[in-house]
Amino acid sequence: MTALPQTTARKLGLVIDLDTCVGCQACVTACKGWNDAGIGLSDQDPYGADPSGTFLNRVHSYQVAIPDAPAQVVTFPRSCLHCDNAPCVTVCPTGASYKRAEDGIVLVNEDACIGCGLCAWACPYGAREMDADQGVMKKCTLCVDRIYNETLPEEDREPACVRTCPTNARHFGDLADPDSAVSRLVAERQGYDLMPDMGTKPTNKYLPPRKKGPGDASPLAPLLDIKATGIAGWLDRMLGKL
Amino acid sequence: MHPAPSVILFSTLSGLGFGFLAFLGWGALMPSGWAAFFLWALGYGLAVAGLLAATFHLGNPRNALKAFTQWRTSWLSREAWASVATLLILAPVALSDIFALGLPRLIGQIGGALAILTVFTTAMIYTQIRAVPRWHHWLTPVMFLTFALAGGAMLSGRAWAPLLLLALGAVLLALWRVGDAAFARAGQTLGTATGLDRLGVPSVLDPAHTAGNYLKREMIFVVGRKHAARLRRIALALASILPALILLLPLGVWGIALAALLHLAGALAARWLFFAEAEHVVGLYYGARG
Repeated sequence: MTALPQTTARKLGLVIDLDTCVGCQACVTACKGWNDAGIGLSDQDPYGADPSGTFLNRVHSYQVAIPDAPAQVVTFPRSCLHCDNAPCVTVCPTGASYKRAEDGIVLVNEDACIGCGLCAWACPYGAREMDADQGVMKKCTLCVDRIYNETLPEEDREPACVRTCPTNARHFGDLADPDSAVSRLVAERQGYDLMPDMGTKPTNKYLPPRKKGPGDASPLAPLLDIKATGIAGWLDRMLGKL
Repeated sequence: MHPAPSVILFSTLSGLGFGFLAFLGWGALMPSGWAAFFLWALGYGLAVAGLLAATFHLGNPRNALKAFTQWRTSWLSREAWASVATLLILAPVALSDIFALGLPRLIGQIGGALAILTVFTTAMIYTQIRAVPRWHHWLTPVMFLTFALAGGAMLSGRAWAPLLLLALGAVLLALWRVGDAAFARAGQTLGTATGLDRLGVPSVLDPAHTAGNYLKREMIFVVGRKHAARLRRIALALASILPALILLLPLGVWGIALAALLHLAGALAARWLFFAEAEHVVGLYYGARG
């Protein structure tokens, strides 16, 4: 049913720390690997001149011009935010797109999807990609086939992107519980929503990169003050007079 | 947004078809015999051809019947209901006109209203999308409805059809004017899209992927915008001004046919622009404005 649940008991989601992310793309690869084996994420011409493919997670990199400080590079993973007010769900004509009342995960029932693409249009974040081979919509499942999977060791019961992240920039948990580790992280680090004015009420939060403080003019600046002595000093004075 | 030919054809043809069916249902023409057959066939032909074109846009059309299930929330599902209901309710009216069965006109009037409702549901599919600021405005349904009413009045030879056609031109001009400022008014930038505006002014350093993907193909369409100004003049002339002038000439049914062909060409150009000029906020992540 494409009506959104009034409330969800839990709000499972991700907290992504932009201060810690190094843009290694490991989450992209782990996501693609796990979900290609699960729901299937096709590639077109993967080894050819014009490759293209379906991904549920993409990592962008931006430079941020900061007044009175050196510019900062920020790598930025982008995936489904599992919004409370998910516009992708209500537009779906078939009921394929839905939000679970028990944990807030937004999913696609591929058996009901007609591949009209309207949900991808409705999402401001580009979280949904149509699989060109299967003709149905793909999106982040929050690895629903891992997090409840009792055949996996307990430490693996989290989304593949979180499990693989070598710098621990990705955190998984219940954002409805104010005492959860992710909720505390959001409170401590002023976690924020993407495009809040779009009215989507995202579950996933981003932690801002820390300000690196006013930069020195150049790391090499102290070297410019070296006074040569001895023969080098004599040469320096002589050459200066020429 | 990618101007998919199937969607452009669908919304243009079915818009004109349902507009014409509305006038036929309302009894604007009251044809009989073969004339009634050909006129109703034209209305049904346009509407059904449009709906068929729309199914080519689907990646997985074998589930199409499921699109009737979510009418409580989805405008696309409501459109499915409205279009099928219109075509079913008007069918006996068409038969009654052709074979002079004398069915009460009230059924035709209800069917005509449903035909206009169908066009409204089509328009709302686009209007509801907040992520495309150009579409997210009340002028979008006004434009779709004016197209249907002007086209229907033109095909059914109403004396005031030229007025509606000129009103359509005014609506198009208003829509373009409002639409050009819509993205800025929505207030989304790369800064709000990433939240990095709290740090400084972000710009794209390196693309997230070197090859194309669905998002870029579907929602970050930029080809051909350089011809937008020229296409707008063409759309305005063909969809509105020229057919209005031709209808004023004493050319009879040939005048209507010529006006209709020009109008259809103009409608296709306007609809192409409706998609090609629409910028989706996801483009911000890729450094495009849309």
